[in-house]
Amino acid sequence: MKYAESILHPVKHIHGGAMLEHYKNTADFETVTMPSPDTVYIPLSQHIGAPCEPRVSVGDQVFVGTVIGDSDAAVSAPIHSSVSGTVKEIADKDFGGRTVKCIVIESDGKDTPDITLAKKQVNTAEDLIKAARDCGLVGLGGAGFPTHIKLNPSPNCRIDTLIINCAECEPYITSDYRESIENFGGIIEGVYLIKRLLRIKKVVICIERNKPKAIEKLMLVAADHRDADDSVKVMQLPDKYPQGAEKTIIYSATGRKLPLGKLPSDIGCIVMNITSVGTLYKYISTGMPLVEKRITVDGTAVRRPKNLLVKIGTPIKDVLEFVGGIHEKAEKVIAGGPMMGSCVVSTSAVVEKRTNAITVMKEQKKKPQTPCIRCGRCASACPMNLYPANVEAALNSGLYERFENLNVNYCMECGCCSFVCPAARPLTQVMRVAKQSLRRNKK
Amino acid sequence: MRDILTVSSSPHIKTSENTRDIMADVLIALTPAAIFGCLLFGIKAAILLAVSVVTAIVAELLWDLLLKKPISIGDCSAAVTGLLLGMNLSVKTPVFVAVIGSAVAIIVVKQMFGGLGHNFVNPAIAARIVLLVSFPKAMSSFADPFTQNISAVTSATPLALEKGATSLKNLFFGLHAGCIGETSAFLLLIGFGYLLIRKVVSPIIPLSFIGTVAVLNLFFGGDVLAQILSGGLMLGAIFMATDYTTSPTDKWGKLIFGIGCGAITFIIRKFGALPEGVSYSIILMNILVPHINKLTASRPFGYRKAAK
Repeated sequence: MKYAESILHPVKHIHGGAMLEHYKNTADFETVTMPSPDTVYIPLSQHIGAPCEPRVSVGDQVFVGTVIGDSDAAVSAPIHSSVSGTVKEIADKDFGGRTVKCIVIESDGKDTPDITLAKKQVNTAEDLIKAARDCGLVGLGGAGFPTHIKLNPSPNCRIDTLIINCAECEPYITSDYRESIENFGGIIEGVYLIKRLLRIKKVVICIERNKPKAIEKLMLVAADHRDADDSVKVMQLPDKYPQGAEKTIIYSATGRKLPLGKLPSDIGCIVMNITSVGTLYKYISTGMPLVEKRITVDGTAVRRPKNLLVKIGTPIKDVLEFVGGIHEKAEKVIAGGPMMGSCVVSTSAVVEKRTNAITVMKEQKKKPQTPCIRCGRCASACPMNLYPANVEAALNSGLYERFENLNVNYCMECGCCSFVCPAARPLTQVMRVAKQSLRRNKK
Repeated sequence: MRDILTVSSSPHIKTSENTRDIMADVLIALTPAAIFGCLLFGIKAAILLAVSVVTAIVAELLWDLLLKKPISIGDCSAAVTGLLLGMNLSVKTPVFVAVIGSAVAIIVVKQMFGGLGHNFVNPAIAARIVLLVSFPKAMSSFADPFTQNISAVTSATPLALEKGATSLKNLFFGLHAGCIGETSAFLLLIGFGYLLIRKVVSPIIPLSFIGTVAVLNLFFGGDVLAQILSGGLMLGAIFMATDYTTSPTDKWGKLIFGIGCGAITFIIRKFGALPEGVSYSIILMNILVPHINKLTASRPFGYRKAAK
């Protein structure tokens, strides 16, 4: 049966990648709601595009779901208050080396929802796009691209496939997995609503093979009575990192390769993270915009890993305190997973819309950096078919003009090259430097 | 918790495997054939192997100390070079020749071109060729493992054995004259299997190398099995042609490289005046590696030709 299935719906295998340990320790941990902190610091830029302008002033009374920041720019997404209380300050906050303009709100502890929030009537594609914008929804997989733009592709693009990304290939993170189990009803409605209103023929729900419980649930989506023409499929992907990256998941689901600098809509696809679908439907059915986020708190230095529902703007130190503190040998606090997440300098940094995990790592045994032996593992692991070792050689020799021909702009910084390198060369970092150098030269 | 957190570029986890593990795997894979060589050829073989390895390590250490570089002998790469060179010597080779060979391999071929990862030809092979040219007599007199008579043949070991001198079974298990480590195809293949299981090497180069020699012999009427099993073909194809630094990165490049090595080996064995073709074929193909890499470089994912 399994084999018949795989012949009928062949999965296109990606090149390279890395077989990582999954460490999905929190897979069976039901989400715990973390109480609102005393104060939230809500950054005005939590997405790709123009930062928001504050729409409230110091001293204003706000409620859960009140719009506090918005922008007239096309590529942007509004920002809502995640607690009820008073605006204390609108100022640049230093999150340790990174200054971010924030609205600081002191919570009154009551979490009173804004009275204007109400169920939305969504009957057309325009309604849906407006709902996505008003919800403040951005790509919750980590990229933070405003969803209303994604759902509103240029009229030249004929969208035929909606890809729901539930691959979650990063180690430790289980927040999308929990979403697909706990908010299953919302996802089912959301998927059919988007499919119907945007008139998309095919829906492919992509999930890694190592999540049987979620697959079982998602199979019910495909078995729904609305799917008479059998156009909603659950596709089981190999559990190989970085299966969940946009380019690789489109290729696995449709066999199409996304060219450099193009959007998925240019090749007929819309890719949505599963939590984005759930959040959008929650907004439509209750009127509550994106004010809280399910995150996985795990890592070698977390004593009691958990899945938490956290208000956006909660300082990471409050979150870590809530899970019972971290190991005293903790060395790094990472917003995101260990492969692509970025380190925070200070735990005063906050949980944002696109945060899907906080990973705290203990000091690791230092692996000595040795010369490149040209084993070629970085090239075999690169899902984009690049040659990281050659880029490093060019960088070390100052041959920056070679970066263009080495196609460094294709790099999505998945980290596979650095992970597999036996000589512990900092290849992903080299790729970043090379990309920056190219960008500077273009200017 | 520490007051100041460490900040670094992602990824934050790395494989635990390091260069030393890879080199150690190669040493492990070579061990059965090396031990067999010592048993077959006696204590002198063991001495030669030991001298080659120790000289290689000492040469690398001296170079690091003289040039005030970090000591790199811990990565075991010098030991691999020394062992490979030792296994490529005849048991009748004087000890001082082994010392010179190892020193040339490490100092001249490897370190002078920039050390680990920068040599453009395989150090063990280049050193072997230096010795072949400098000490032709010492390098090409082989002992019969049973009579200890020096066989007078200065031609290649495989060709000397081609016609009925040794049964195929003896060839396969290594009971015949030859260099210390090259005689037992069986044990070298076991080493190959180990490297494949540990994913240290890709099978493309050895298979295409040996395959090409077999096919060409088939066409030109040579004794296919004897050609494959004798001489340095197994040792060269499995352990020397697969050296990371001096072989192509991509699979098509590896295929071209293997076929090239096989073809040159065949041509030298069949038409050349040289005693053995494996070393020369590998070194010639080593030199072509940058060009092969350029030729077979793969296009990035989603590449489209720029519209004109």
